[in-house]
Amino acid sequence: MRTRLTPLLVAPLALAAVLTACGSEGDTSAEGGAPASCEAADLPLKQDGKLTIGTDSPAYEPWFSGDDPSNGKGFESAVAYAVADQLGFAKDDVVWVKQAFNTSYTPGEKKFDFDINQISITPERAGVVDFSKGYYTASQAVVTMEEDAAEAASLADLKGLQLGAQTATTSLTAIREDVQPTKDPLVFDTSDQAKQALLNGQVDALVFDLPTAFYITAAEIEGSTITGQFEGSEKPEEFGLLTEKDSGLAPCLDEALTALEEDGTLAALEKEWLSDVVSVPVLK
Amino acid sequence: MTWAPSERELERQAVRRRLKLQQIVVATVVTAVVAVGLGLLVVSSPGWDRVRDYFLSWSHARDSFAAIAEGFWINIRIFLVAEPCVLVLGALVAIARQTTSPWLAPLRLLAIGYTDLFRGVPSIMVVVICGIGIPALGLAGVTSSLFWLTTFALVLCYGAYVAEVFRAGILAIHPTQIASAEALALTRAQTMRFVVLPQAVRRVVPPLMNDLVSLQKDTALISAVGVFEALRAAQDYQGYNFNGTPLLVAAAYFLVVAVPLTRLTDWLMRRQIEKEQGR
Repeated sequence: MRTRLTPLLVAPLALAAVLTACGSEGDTSAEGGAPASCEAADLPLKQDGKLTIGTDSPAYEPWFSGDDPSNGKGFESAVAYAVADQLGFAKDDVVWVKQAFNTSYTPGEKKFDFDINQISITPERAGVVDFSKGYYTASQAVVTMEEDAAEAASLADLKGLQLGAQTATTSLTAIREDVQPTKDPLVFDTSDQAKQALLNGQVDALVFDLPTAFYITAAEIEGSTITGQFEGSEKPEEFGLLTEKDSGLAPCLDEALTALEEDGTLAALEKEWLSDVVSVPVLK
Repeated sequence: MTWAPSERELERQAVRRRLKLQQIVVATVVTAVVAVGLGLLVVSSPGWDRVRDYFLSWSHARDSFAAIAEGFWINIRIFLVAEPCVLVLGALVAIARQTTSPWLAPLRLLAIGYTDLFRGVPSIMVVVICGIGIPALGLAGVTSSLFWLTTFALVLCYGAYVAEVFRAGILAIHPTQIASAEALALTRAQTMRFVVLPQAVRRVVPPLMNDLVSLQKDTALISAVGVFEALRAAQDYQGYNFNGTPLLVAAAYFLVVAVPLTRLTDWLMRRQIEKEQGR
């Protein structure tokens, strides 16, 4: 009778190999605390001398233009370059990286210094990542095909319709909280899917933030229209720049945004890239 | 004189018992060492605290539980509708491929084309094309309900796999069976119906069960067209609250269904082997 030693030897060896292979590396991230100053040289950056900015791909209008965040066109691209300028980076020192929204906030090392991707600031989220102050206040609007517009002109109308919105957005929250429809809303991965479902008649109405709604009705879906916007609640939604928890960058981003607010740059960029929002009735 | 085991037999039994015990001890110790080692590795890693907060938050699990349960009910319904359709479609396609009459050549070609196409295309694409493409055609009388369209897509994908499973079962029946049926003057159709299929079906139950478990999991693909099923409910909560715990909650729902099914499959397989081979 031969005793088989192979498994006896292999199991502990394999384990030892695993343990040594992924031995703990020192914790490099989370320097915490604020940098000495908000000069470009003092900032805690992923890449020295470069400001690395993340956004999703594709980059949608009117936030970006031509799916190219680095051309300075579109509201968020323009804001990103304005912030970079405030922090003392030349246009050439800004590096864009593709960053899907659903991995922008997960634990672990990030490849961006900050992420700009129409991300609403909420208290729950702020516990997981750091946000700058808001750079845009978004309200939510309802998009339907023109022939259905009359049936989606009030909150009461919307209650009975099949609504849809993009996943993990405040648009979806608006549906759930302000409308409380009888049918469960459809929840799409991308706004493209949502647009397709509207064209197919699989949803009666979609909810987007107002600039997106404007862009879609003006340039993307022939024969669609905005029937109204939701009344801003107590605290209107604000988009913020997202940076890793304790990256130490947030105070400097705040400083830059405050400066841009005070000298009127933000307002001018909003006027330049986002449509006038005055003419949209409020849904009652 | 009654039989009593000899000294030597008793010794043999003792040796067997000792060896068996030795094996059990070794297996237990090695398993414990590996498990504890991996556990320590995970818990001592520098990012463990953040991972724990992100994936193992009790409060987030509780808050997302109801929405995911509601979504999972959709998964279950789709599975219950799709499964019988898949079995019927798979069986029909497999039988179509086994026909020999020259008159049925187009049917055979269609069956071969169908299995090749739908085994080769990623399921998620089929779901998206069915869920968004079919209603875009604007055909009169065709539903635009995502529930039915996505169910149809899953039936198409899995019908192809199950057809191959059935075909393998049919091909595994020994030619002597068919020769015997011929000797008894059974027609080809009768041979298929009374001799081949009953044996083939019995033979493919375990692999069919595997496909069934797989179909149950793949109902999550329907989230790709906006149906708020368990996975999408979890992802939505995750994206809205920046916490991944709901993903594990959704995984637990799927496991609750899948684990009993896989155990049942294993048991069926073992029973079949014992029956056929007396092992």
